Amino acid sequence: MSLNKYIIFLGCMIPYRALSYEVSARKVLQRLGVELVEMPEFNCCGLPLEPLSHEIMLILSARNLAIAEREGLNILTLCPGCAGTLKKTSRELKEDRVLRDMVNKHLSESGLKFSGSINVKHISQVLLEDVGLDRIKKTIVKPLKELVVAEHSGCHLSRPRKHIEFEDPENPKALKMLIEVTGAKCVEYIGETECCGATIAGIDDKVALSLVREKLNHIRDSGASMLITVCPSCHFMYDSNQIRVERMFGETYGIPVLHYTQLLGLAMGINVNDLGFDELRVSPAKVLDKIK
Amino acid sequence: MSKIEEIKPLRIDPKFRYEIARMPDGKNILQCFQCGTCTSDCPVARFNEKYRPRNIIRMAQLGLREKVLSSDFLWLCASCFTCTDRCPQGVEVASVIRALKNLAAIEGRIPQIFRAQLGNLLKTGYICEIPETRIRKRDSIGLPPLPKGDAEGIYRSLRDLRIMKVIGVAKA
Repeated sequence: MSLNKYIIFLGCMIPYRALSYEVSARKVLQRLGVELVEMPEFNCCGLPLEPLSHEIMLILSARNLAIAEREGLNILTLCPGCAGTLKKTSRELKEDRVLRDMVNKHLSESGLKFSGSINVKHISQVLLEDVGLDRIKKTIVKPLKELVVAEHSGCHLSRPRKHIEFEDPENPKALKMLIEVTGAKCVEYIGETECCGATIAGIDDKVALSLVREKLNHIRDSGASMLITVCPSCHFMYDSNQIRVERMFGETYGIPVLHYTQLLGLAMGINVNDLGFDELRVSPAKVLDKIK
Repeated sequence: MSKIEEIKPLRIDPKFRYEIARMPDGKNILQCFQCGTCTSDCPVARFNEKYRPRNIIRMAQLGLREKVLSSDFLWLCASCFTCTDRCPQGVEVASVIRALKNLAAIEGRIPQIFRAQLGNLLKTGYICEIPETRIRKRDSIGLPPLPKGDAEGIYRSLRDLRIMKVIGVAKA
């Protein structure tokens, strides 16, 4: 199957509150010659409802996989949660015939069928494995040598290990490599692999925001001038909730949080106005000034 | 004057651990030897005194069904899967906790947020209500229209699940 053409799975969080991620991702993928096809119909990947019912999650995921199969295309997602969930379902259903038959019975009610013929990858996996660093390097016209950044890959990009099979969750390197190709310097800091807390934000805000605070404290101490993410939910926690955390705990950060695709877009020389910077809650002005 | 609480012997369901072991990714619950790796590495446990994955697993092993399924802290797992990846015994801790949440849900113990998300899903395919301003913004910055959800198809795929009747969304 083509490594240059994917069906794009947006998920719920991107259209809800991360248009800056979507718009910048589409721009950089276009520059790299990666063609995207829209989902003809869509439903949530099922991850948020898995605490309620594993079966709901399986059926919702399988519906999307079946739709992509009908189009004959592999799925590219911008959200690691969606990628992980679709991967997990695909694997579970391929390995367990009884489960597959059960799920397909539910799917047949609306004329869909899962057969397991397509793959699912998060954009960072597509960039590393299918596009490749060499091809990305060729599109860099404005290396971001002035920038010192910290990365946060997010749990679902690599955990649980047995389902994701992408990189080492204890020492994630994918995002670091992708950052370095833009010319920016990526620093290490304490607790890089710690969770952002997004999944319990609606259940216990205090715990969720304490996790954000801890992370932002470590980043402030690391010498990085910004944080780079590849997940709409992690981004929301560190960008939109940064002001809440500052108020709640009496901290001052002012750490801009960029989607990786915005950083790459800058290095590709794409106009700032086309990369969704106006959507960011923490002003990215100090980042943009540095690279003028 | 404070009332003295009557102490009752805890109700035990000795087969409970086998029920969990039969659920997806639950089988290794029997292997847990209570080392505590899950709890010491848990990001939530650092900020919440009640949430202790090791205790949850132990309660399930001992058959304290009612006690564990009725606990609020069950819902605090952030699903980061750190415990699952690090367990030396191969217990998929996060999946065991998810199995417990699923059992609690079937008994009708469901935090409001999930009812709201399921309600949105059945209306639009999305778990959140995407505001009209976002839809207009998409258009103004040149993004393609959002894919639509097949509400009827989603409902038909889910309606036979037992949980749908518990939540009360399955139509007659």
